[in-house]
Amino acid sequence: MTYIAKPKFVHPGLKKNSVGFTHRDYEGRISTLCAGCGHDSISAALIETFFELDIQPHRVAKFSGIGCSSKTPDYFLGQSHGFNSVHGRMPSVLTGANLANRDLIYIGVSGDGDSASIGLGQFAHCVRRGLNMTYICENNGVYGLTKGQFSATADKGSRSKTAVNNDQPIDLVGMALLLGATYVGRSFSGDKKQLVPLLKGAILHKGMAVIDIVSPCVQFNNSPQSTKSYDFVREHNDAVNRIDFIVPRAEIKADYEPGTITEVRQHDGSILRLNKLDPAYDPHDRSKAMAYLQERHAAGEVVTGLLYIEENADDLHHHLNTAKTPLNQLNEKALCPGSAKLAALNDEYR
Amino acid sequence: MKPTDITDPNYFHKVVDCQWACPAHTPVPEYIRLIAQQRYSDAYMINWWSNVFPGVLGRTCDRPCEPACRRGRIEEEPVAICRLKRVAADNKDDVHARMPQPAAQKNGKRVALIGAGPASLTVARDLLPLGYAVTIYDADPFAGGMMRTQIPKFRLPENVLDEECNYILDLKPETKFGTRIESMKALLAEGYDAVFVGSGAPRGRELEIPGRKEASANIHIGIDWLSSVSFGHTTSIGKRVIVLGGGNTAMDCCRTSRRLGGDDVKVVVRSGFEEMKASPWEKDDAQREGIPIHNFLVPKEFTHKDGKLTGVIFEKVKAEYDAKGRRKLVNAGEPDVHMECDDVLVAVGQENAFPWIEKDAGLEFDEWHMPKVDDVTFQSTNPKVFFGGDAAFGPKNIIWAVAHGHEAALSIDLFCNGKDVKQRPAPHVTLTSQKMGIHDWSYDNDVSLDLRYKVPHAPNELTLRNVNMEVELGFTRELGFKEAMRCLNCDVETVFEKNLCIECDACVDICPVDCITFTPNDPEPVLRTHLTAPTNNPQTQDLYVSDELKTGRVLVKDEDVCLHCGLCAERCPTGAWDMKQFYLKTAKACDRAVGA
Repeated sequence: MTYIAKPKFVHPGLKKNSVGFTHRDYEGRISTLCAGCGHDSISAALIETFFELDIQPHRVAKFSGIGCSSKTPDYFLGQSHGFNSVHGRMPSVLTGANLANRDLIYIGVSGDGDSASIGLGQFAHCVRRGLNMTYICENNGVYGLTKGQFSATADKGSRSKTAVNNDQPIDLVGMALLLGATYVGRSFSGDKKQLVPLLKGAILHKGMAVIDIVSPCVQFNNSPQSTKSYDFVREHNDAVNRIDFIVPRAEIKADYEPGTITEVRQHDGSILRLNKLDPAYDPHDRSKAMAYLQERHAAGEVVTGLLYIEENADDLHHHLNTAKTPLNQLNEKALCPGSAKLAALNDEYR
Repeated sequence: MKPTDITDPNYFHKVVDCQWACPAHTPVPEYIRLIAQQRYSDAYMINWWSNVFPGVLGRTCDRPCEPACRRGRIEEEPVAICRLKRVAADNKDDVHARMPQPAAQKNGKRVALIGAGPASLTVARDLLPLGYAVTIYDADPFAGGMMRTQIPKFRLPENVLDEECNYILDLKPETKFGTRIESMKALLAEGYDAVFVGSGAPRGRELEIPGRKEASANIHIGIDWLSSVSFGHTTSIGKRVIVLGGGNTAMDCCRTSRRLGGDDVKVVVRSGFEEMKASPWEKDDAQREGIPIHNFLVPKEFTHKDGKLTGVIFEKVKAEYDAKGRRKLVNAGEPDVHMECDDVLVAVGQENAFPWIEKDAGLEFDEWHMPKVDDVTFQSTNPKVFFGGDAAFGPKNIIWAVAHGHEAALSIDLFCNGKDVKQRPAPHVTLTSQKMGIHDWSYDNDVSLDLRYKVPHAPNELTLRNVNMEVELGFTRELGFKEAMRCLNCDVETVFEKNLCIECDACVDICPVDCITFTPNDPEPVLRTHLTAPTNNPQTQDLYVSDELKTGRVLVKDEDVCLHCGLCAERCPTGAWDMKQFYLKTAKACDRAVGA
């Protein structure tokens, strides 16, 4: 951490986005995490993402639980809504907020402890409900706040400074696929070129987006034999694709070789252009994606990129057939339409 | 790009914009930090060794450092470097004990200095501790040169100038004041080992237009008139005064006139207001004293009646620019203007003049009849004769004269020891880590957001009554502290050690001004386009480029708007970034004697 506040001075040539903000306007307070923490890079990637998407900060609500990762919403989007909930309970609180106001953009920031241990049940159920949110897991394989014990996502055989992990890991990406998430990706905090477009796609995705981000803990889990270290991820990164995120009206430049590009049009009309690094990989096939992940994991590799997408996904509000107007904006007249309507409703059940 | 060689003293020197811009290369950020720590005497001595006249310059310097100041690229105005120098001078303790002593033994070499202005006095300061027998000649009865004769006392009090001249006279040069040198040949015949000409640019330019002769009793040459005021020979002027010219001398003339009885004083300039040569703050000071500045008026004729000046006729002009952007003043097509006045002061420039250097004195002259002088060694074509200050390359200002003096003294010392004057000694450079703890630096890295503080002035009602009363009161200690905190410490450098970097991006993310980028390498023009935030400034600063990192990329740091806040180093988990103070002292002749 640092003791001084980040100076207010900015680069004199700093660009503004179409809603009149510079990227510095998307910052939060200065991070109190350890120097070099991958989580800070993810915060920076989120700042870049929202800046480039021209999203006004007040349209965003960020939620988190407990842990190093869950502290980070304080370090970005300082002008957005937010709720720091209890350990592992971020999905419930976010679900409640989402039901009350469907108009906000929801991001949940969690970690491997918060999601794969104490909050595993919450994670599972929020994914299977298909909330319209972006679930980010900042995954470093250790409990940083309690001095680096292995977490449930640590790979079997992975070594930290002082110990070897002998338990099987929980793969949150595999679980997300299994439980029906409609946008699933994995990335690396040290690769913003891949991460930022992946985040953009997730935020515009209308449905449950889960992104697992390997985020090295420099303090406790960045040893050469750790599978969550900067060096290991760089050396064993099997990136299946890279996204060029494209907004609807943007000019499309065709400078790729034919057959290497897949275009995916999302609900809002935005286009994700996938530069396929692995020509055989198809991000529309859920079961093959699951098999591929298992296979590469067994080979000691970290699969990254957009792993699965269902363009025309729907969300919890669709399933529940809720009103288009956010519930928190419905007035008394709409909520109490009168005794005649009540009588008619009661008649339906007789 | 090739990796940056930070062992080249010029690399980080250039990052310290103020020091790089200062002709004498004064270590500005270091003395500003000392002021903030209330170590005024230490701050003064750093200045004194470098620029010899801190008290004088803290009031009168043309401040080339300030337009260069990085702060001016970040917010509106630079740090008030010049006036901070005055804070050190005003608040120091008695520093006599810290001054060098006259040499215990003479080295047997004799050097003559012509003129007792800032250039000559600097040469004397640098040579006397080494044991040179130095003789200073000046036509005036006191030391100081133009600092005494041309700068009005309401800008530079006499006691400040006396004090700083005396630090040099205490080193016991032989002084022949009140002695005008009439012949270079005669001087050389006296057998000096070297002669330094620091006689300034003593001739005010004339304005030969009709009526000049007839009305000459009331038309005065600016610098001569100022000198006459300074020595008390002139004590009054007419009620209505016109000052012709737009430089700093013109500003001194009009403000002095206001104090000697001129109620209606105006300045008239040929050019536009913006293009005037005077420093902006000097124009402000004149206007604050109720002196209007009329522009685009070219003097055409002095009008007179019965041998007495009655006014000046001006032609109205306008600026036109040709295809190459060169300005030409052309008739505006409007009727001429007649301004009435009792006196005119002509301050339209000054020139060097060497009527006393004979054509056969062994010095070559150039096409403008000026002696040929080497711009590094300050040696003329007569190897024994050196030049400096305005006498070398025409009118500049005090800080340039001091810088010339240091270089000339070095040359004289080399020459008198039979060495090659072209072999210049390297500067003294250190690069020292400022790390005291994980997030603890020996400098205050918390950047102040304050805007530039204004120096308090005495009220016009008082200052306009007394030609000797100083107008600027100087920063108080408290204001000086606040202003000092605005300094960005550009001498504390971000130094990168590529073997320690794990490419975690922490420095990129934290940098408040987006000056760090990790990118594949390319030639500079291409590399600049890869930067997170490419500069808008006409490349005042270089790119700091590392060797290739593990991922095959390089680190590129654009030095242009770096705040030197040290956050990159604070956020670096491996210590790949460190904050190191770069301290550069130029080599001076006296270094040998004073153990610097």
